[in-house]
Amino acid sequence: MGIIETVNRKGIRTKGQARWLIHLFPLPALVIYTLFVVYPIFSAFLYSLYDWNGIKRGVFVGLQNFITLFTVEPFNEMFWNAFRHNALYFVVEMIMQNGIAFGLAFLIYRKIRGSGFLKIAYFMPRLLSVIVIGFLWKLILNPNYGALNTILEKIGLEEWARPWLGDPDTALLAIILINCWFGIGFAMLIFLAGLQSIPEDLIEAARLDGATGWRMLWKIILPLCMPAITIMTIFTFIQAFEAFELVYAMQGSMGEPFYSTDTLAVYFYRMAFSSGAGDVTLGLGSALAVVLFFIVGSVSALSLYLMRKREVQH
Amino acid sequence: MKMTVGGRTVSYVLAYLFALVALYPIVLMIASSLKTNMEIFASPLSLPTTFSLDTYKKLWEVVPFADFLWNSVFVSTMSVLLITVFSAMAAFYLSRFSFKWTGGLYFFFIIGLMIPIKLGIVPLFLLMKNLGLLNSLWSLILIYTASGIPISVFILTGFFRTLPIELEEAARIDGCSHFQVFWRVLLPLIRPALATVIIINFIHAWNDFFFPLIFIQEEALKTIPVGMMVLFGEYETDWSLLFAGLTLSALPMIVVFLMASKQFMEGLTAGAVK
Repeated sequence: MGIIETVNRKGIRTKGQARWLIHLFPLPALVIYTLFVVYPIFSAFLYSLYDWNGIKRGVFVGLQNFITLFTVEPFNEMFWNAFRHNALYFVVEMIMQNGIAFGLAFLIYRKIRGSGFLKIAYFMPRLLSVIVIGFLWKLILNPNYGALNTILEKIGLEEWARPWLGDPDTALLAIILINCWFGIGFAMLIFLAGLQSIPEDLIEAARLDGATGWRMLWKIILPLCMPAITIMTIFTFIQAFEAFELVYAMQGSMGEPFYSTDTLAVYFYRMAFSSGAGDVTLGLGSALAVVLFFIVGSVSALSLYLMRKREVQH
Repeated sequence: MKMTVGGRTVSYVLAYLFALVALYPIVLMIASSLKTNMEIFASPLSLPTTFSLDTYKKLWEVVPFADFLWNSVFVSTMSVLLITVFSAMAAFYLSRFSFKWTGGLYFFFIIGLMIPIKLGIVPLFLLMKNLGLLNSLWSLILIYTASGIPISVFILTGFFRTLPIELEEAARIDGCSHFQVFWRVLLPLIRPALATVIIINFIHAWNDFFFPLIFIQEEALKTIPVGMMVLFGEYETDWSLLFAGLTLSALPMIVVFLMASKQFMEGLTAGAVK
């Protein structure tokens, strides 16, 4: 009798203690995440509604910062200039990076010799820090001693040689293409995973029905790869509209030459950290952050929705 | 599917041509770092004629590269450790218990996936300043941990849910506490997902240069990427030295990648396709 009671009491006590303790499990993650991610973003929203004097908060001005951002020169011109560059970033990446990546994924999917090596080779640039990539390409594209112009001279195309990063006509495109070089391996792997998830018997059935070559690609394979293509499109969009590091590393915070490589994030950085006299830009910078947040956030939300939908399907 | 001989040849040429495009700049970087400035300027494309590590010796002397390396190792390791432990604990709670608020809490974490945290940099900067963490490696560890939590919780919760609940019921009947169930039974089973989380966050922390650019001013506390900015600022014309700096920055990650390339490639894409 005595023994049974002790066991029971002990059992109950362990249970009660464990119930309380379990709520400690998510606590560290919750605290750090709330303090260093949620709170700063929330504050940035509030900042955009105030007038700022350096880093001292002034009076509440409502939406005035947003109105200024979109109606007063040079802020509005700067915004649309940068916005156009981000849009070009997205379009060129979709065509060059994702187009080539899909082609390469398709080649590997159709069993090519040395696919293990090829995957590693394509993926290698993705491992480097963006600052390393930026500086490395700056040396390669150097007009006097850079490898690219030297190669062009060697193969008899010296009239193509130019100061790629100093010319407003080519600088932005050069940077976007470097970004494609960086991202192709990752995109290729996403597409390859998509291709490999297509059931063999579906392809076989289509083949028996007489689908070959391009028809097979357009009518069967591409539609079945849509989930991977959708996800990659969304990733590319987010990346294009957050583009900062490569531009900053290669062309500085002014998006040189003559703002021809400026992006929204670089513009934001300039406003947030410009230390010039008569600083009125922190409020504007925060307003720009909010705008950028909605551009990127809405597309990310869409991606999250699609990912969860797929999760349910599986 | 069958391919014609012509189609096959074109495939091979294209596939290997792009491999060359991907690798050539990296090979050029390493080769140039072994050349003298004279050689680089006279023939940028040739391979080094003599093998000399003099430039690396010089690099070690002109910038505190050992400090940069240690800072990068310390920051990346600590962040990855904290992210992994905290996210696994949270994911365990979110996947194994259902309280009224579990769904809401999960949603709160997952919202972080769509927050571009860099846009909160000004409040974050002021927060770090108030906490006295500017010019401290802990500012970096905290921000990498915080921003790595959403994707990690997402991946780990998904993985925990695939494990059969009977496993832990058996462990509970055997008298295991919650902590023991978590530590002894479930953690060993989610090793593949943990590897994914570790790799994603390690690459991010190792390569990031945005946060150290803003939080760290003191030279001896810089991580490798920001350290490179110092090098390029001060030795603009010494190309041999610049290439050596870039090579040394890239090398640790390349070596780790070559040792575990499969896990790297699977890990980095896992968040997207799973």
